[in-house]
Amino acid sequence: MHSKPSGWRIAALGALVALASSSAYAGGRLLATGGGIPLAGAAGGGIVPWAVLSGYSADEEHGLTGAYTRVETDDYTLDAFALSYDFYNRVEVSASRQTFDIGSLTPALGFDPGDLKQDTFGVKVRLTGDAVFTRRPQVSVGLMHGKNTEYLIPSVVGSRRDSDNDFYVAATKVWLTGPLKHMALLNITLRSTRANQIGLLGFGGDLNDSRQTMFEMSAATFVNRKLAVGFEYRQKPNNLSFAKEDDWRDVFAAYFPNKHFAIVAAYADLGSIVLPHQSGFYISFEGSR
Amino acid sequence: MGRPIVSVFCGALVALALAGCAAQPAHRTLYEDLGGQKGVEAIVSEMLLKVADDRRISAAFAASNLTRLRRLLAEQVCAVADGPCKYTGYSMVESHRGMEVTEIEFNAVVEALIYAMEDLKIATPTQNRLLAKLAPMRDEIIYR
Ligand code: HEM
Repeated sequence: MHSKPSGWRIAALGALVALASSSAYAGGRLLATGGGIPLAGAAGGGIVPWAVLSGYSADEEHGLTGAYTRVETDDYTLDAFALSYDFYNRVEVSASRQTFDIGSLTPALGFDPGDLKQDTFGVKVRLTGDAVFTRRPQVSVGLMHGKNTEYLIPSVVGSRRDSDNDFYVAATKVWLTGPLKHMALLNITLRSTRANQIGLLGFGGDLNDSRQTMFEMSAATFVNRKLAVGFEYRQKPNNLSFAKEDDWRDVFAAYFPNKHFAIVAAYADLGSIVLPHQSGFYISFEGSR
Repeated sequence: MGRPIVSVFCGALVALALAGCAAQPAHRTLYEDLGGQKGVEAIVSEMLLKVADDRRISAAFAASNLTRLRRLLAEQVCAVADGPCKYTGYSMVESHRGMEVTEIEFNAVVEALIYAMEDLKIATPTQNRLLAKLAPMRDEIIYR
């Protein structure tokens, strides 16, 4: 109810549709190997970046992926527009604009806090391996830069800075013949971070202002070539005395009808975000070319 | 809050780790599930039709002896699927040397195989068992 559709949002949606319906595309990789690019634009599951790179570009291709993601929890909504560009299945650059509507905190605060806003910029490099074909997992390292474009609320609740970098290493392995004969995927990511609520509440805080290494994982099984279901876990720091931060988890389904389009839907338990028990639905629409 | 989650993960890890062993009931060979000699030959023929239709790779086979290639591919699929065949062709490294096969081309051949098996109504888990047998050959085929 607080969302204000603006020009660039509509333009971004238009670009997404154009991407999804475009016929010229980089399609040298197998279906589903680009994962999704929800939230910050780095290819992965719903809340965890994976070692795979966005889209379907193989070694001599490059390609763009765009996504619109919406999360609706009991008290909040999060909208994210993300773009991701993969060069040669080697380097992925990504950017996103995230808007977290906390209007429901108005009664508690006595004023309308507006939205939390964050822009992100990321780079991910594939170091080794191919998630599907090599025995060893695919391993990538990434940097994710976050910058709050509205910093009043984060500073009030004790955040120490409005921008910072996360560093992560991710390993993804696909088993063609996984449990119960289905294709399966496991991803493990270690992230060095100071972000509060993935950066939406700034970086660092009164309780802790140094980097911590957080454990994240996704496990999925493919029902068929186009549909994967799985769960994820993302450990989070707890830097602010004002508001306890919980680890995130979700169960998700990702549908890849073709190499141009994907939908990731999830039920996410985000724990306490100032208000307790934030859980709800999550959906991401993605287009690649 | 952390505990139950951790145990779920460990469970999942163990399940994935066991997957490699659990996948083979071993009574029926992959060769049988692919439809025996007839099935394997149909898959290879269908795959070569799809290869010929794919602009990314068709040119690479333009000068090939397709009769020989069809026979050797069928032998190879039969052999890796535990069928009663012996592969009599060149090794993967030898037969692709000098071609500088790219990942795009390799994936295109794999896709031709997948679509061929889809058309022949081979069950997805059976398809994946064959792909898993061919996957290790990738490093012997690309960029040689
Ligand atoms: C899963 C992937 C592949 C498998 C299992 C495979 C298997 C084979 C086999 C069994 C042969 C016959 C060897 C012999 O003549 O003794 C062969 C030959 C050949 N392969 Fe592949 N191959 C694969 C991928 C590719 C790719 C991606 C290309 C290039 C686009 C390619 C191009 C060729 C060519 C041009 C020949 C020679 C055919 C001839 O003239 O006799 N292969 N391959």
